[in-house]
Amino acid sequence: MVETRELRKRFGDREALRGVSFGAGRGELVAVIGPNGAGKTTLLSIIAGIQQPDGGSVSRAPAEIGWVPQQAALYRRLTVEENLRLFANLEAVEEVEATVDELLARVDLTDRRADQVSTLSGGNQQRVNIAIGLLSRPAILLLDEPTTGLDPRNREQLWEFLTSLAAEGTTVIFSTHNIAEAERYGERLLVIADGDVLFFGTVAELHQAEPVPAGAATDRAFERAFIDFLAARGH
Amino acid sequence: MRWLLLKDLQVMRRSPLVTGLLVLYPIALAVLIGLALSAGPSDPRVAFLNEIPDGEDVTVGGSEVDPVSARGELCGRVECVDVDSEEEARKMVEDGEVLAALILPEDFADQVQSLNGLNPVSPTVQVIVNEEDPVKAQLVEDRISTLITEANLIVSRQISESSAGYLDLLLEGGEFSFLGTQSFDVLGLERTEEILTAVSEQTDDPRLKRDLEPVIEFAGLARENLDFAIPILGAIAEPIQVDKELVSGAAPGLDNFAISVAATITLMFVTVLLVAGSLALEREENTYPRLVRSLVSRGELLAEKVLLGVAVALAVTLLMLAGLAIFVSLDWSRFPFWIPAVIAGGAGFAAFGAAIGAAAREVRAASLLAFMLSLPIAFLSLVPSGTVGAALFDVIQVVRAAFPFDPALDALSGALDESGPDMVLPLVHLVVLTAAYGVIARVALRRFG
Repeated sequence: MVETRELRKRFGDREALRGVSFGAGRGELVAVIGPNGAGKTTLLSIIAGIQQPDGGSVSRAPAEIGWVPQQAALYRRLTVEENLRLFANLEAVEEVEATVDELLARVDLTDRRADQVSTLSGGNQQRVNIAIGLLSRPAILLLDEPTTGLDPRNREQLWEFLTSLAAEGTTVIFSTHNIAEAERYGERLLVIADGDVLFFGTVAELHQAEPVPAGAATDRAFERAFIDFLAARGH
Repeated sequence: MRWLLLKDLQVMRRSPLVTGLLVLYPIALAVLIGLALSAGPSDPRVAFLNEIPDGEDVTVGGSEVDPVSARGELCGRVECVDVDSEEEARKMVEDGEVLAALILPEDFADQVQSLNGLNPVSPTVQVIVNEEDPVKAQLVEDRISTLITEANLIVSRQISESSAGYLDLLLEGGEFSFLGTQSFDVLGLERTEEILTAVSEQTDDPRLKRDLEPVIEFAGLARENLDFAIPILGAIAEPIQVDKELVSGAAPGLDNFAISVAATITLMFVTVLLVAGSLALEREENTYPRLVRSLVSRGELLAEKVLLGVAVALAVTLLMLAGLAIFVSLDWSRFPFWIPAVIAGGAGFAAFGAAIGAAAREVRAASLLAFMLSLPIAFLSLVPSGTVGAALFDVIQVVRAAFPFDPALDALSGALDESGPDMVLPLVHLVVLTAAYGVIARVALRRFG
């Protein structure tokens, strides 16, 4: 379980977060969505401990939270396993080699373990990025737009992996611009715009708040509802 | 911290171009400096034309000067290229084949010999210089001016010695040779005075005694005054002498100073570029936030980069000094002094590099900034006092004190040479600068991280 209370952050004259409060339970998948500049990355960065809030609090310490940034945070001149081993040592993981082997298997990169990261595709680099976020076996995993740049097959594999993590009890909080992914994988949605929380609830509750107009295409009904929801609130 | 250090060494191992440059750069620098120091400056090529007719003697003050040995003297200082005519000499200068031409004119011997007579003419040599390259022109001018000055000194000394010989003859008397064929005895003032005194004592003629008295007095006065003239002639032959006084201890040898400058420049570039680039790389690869959010503190990250810089600086500088030892003699008994000097210098430069790396977000920007800041500071630190105005030099002193190059150079000079500067003050200075730049880097990381 992780909770934020009245998180505030200001960059000069611009208020990036205006008192954001929400909570995610054990094994829950929470999608953070909103227009560009809404404050999604700032919110996740503060929960991860990368940025300090100007006000408010987070219930968990950064060391208890796994962090997967949008851009792969890896040493490109090191191999896959050297990256994992380095961060495992820095995280003071007890059984480094066993943990590295296990995570390589989980992200399906065992056969690429000796390859330099710079030679991997973007999708495989993202897998290493996620594996590093999981090294300390965190109770909460934060992912900032994890599927950006991935092809459909890689995206599918990534979601299978994340849903299996959630099934094992890890709380997964992810931000995304892909509304279909949020609808499909987010058990609850946190909608923010201009630093304000506009909605926090399930997909069904969002549909209730903003009914889909008659005649709208069913495959894009949720996206339509989301756009209308934002427009009705001036965004 | 050790995992990060190992990681940085692994990254260096995986970047063979950068690491190769880090190793090859000091070796290349060491070889170049070693060759320069061991070979010395090359002699400039000068065309030499001797128009003095064969067999003609040049006599100065009654002594013959051998034109062959004069040529040998000249060609020991420059590389002589014998030419047959003034036109050939001029063309070689114009074509850049030689830097200058030196011509001894046909009447040079007569001009020199005229110095012995009543109508002396200043001997003149002709010099043709190509001033297209002002540095080379200055070099040739300096060499030829030195030669002419030395020749003048030899001529004037020989004339003085010859004149002193004549004065001796007048004083003490003796045989005088005229044109090498005739000789006759000269009585001399001393003997004249003695004879006249004896005659005066032996005669009873008061008139003769009275007449002899002023002559004896004149002979005595003339002898005494001519006695003074001899050292005066010597002084004229060599009018100015140098009495050198050192006011602030002996300077280190030029070789050691050159080695210190080369080692400090290597230390500076290797360390500043490595640390600035390594820190900027953490942000370029997006690993910086991952590291500092809970794995290491910003202070630990900076300390690791400084440690990396010091370790590499130590290895590279010692490698460079070992390379230089092939060409020049290094005092290995002072090795224990080298280590603290290189470590303190490396720490100062590493902290400076960390401040640059903390302010720049990309490796390329950090490298450019490191070059742009380091190079002018190194130049400023090598400006000697007295070459610029006092107020400007005060400003330069302040700038020098704010950067690690000057104290690192002093520390290395002191470490390499016993007669170099005292090491304690530069080492303390470097420790202070390391701390100061560490604080700046820490603030920059928080501000720009």
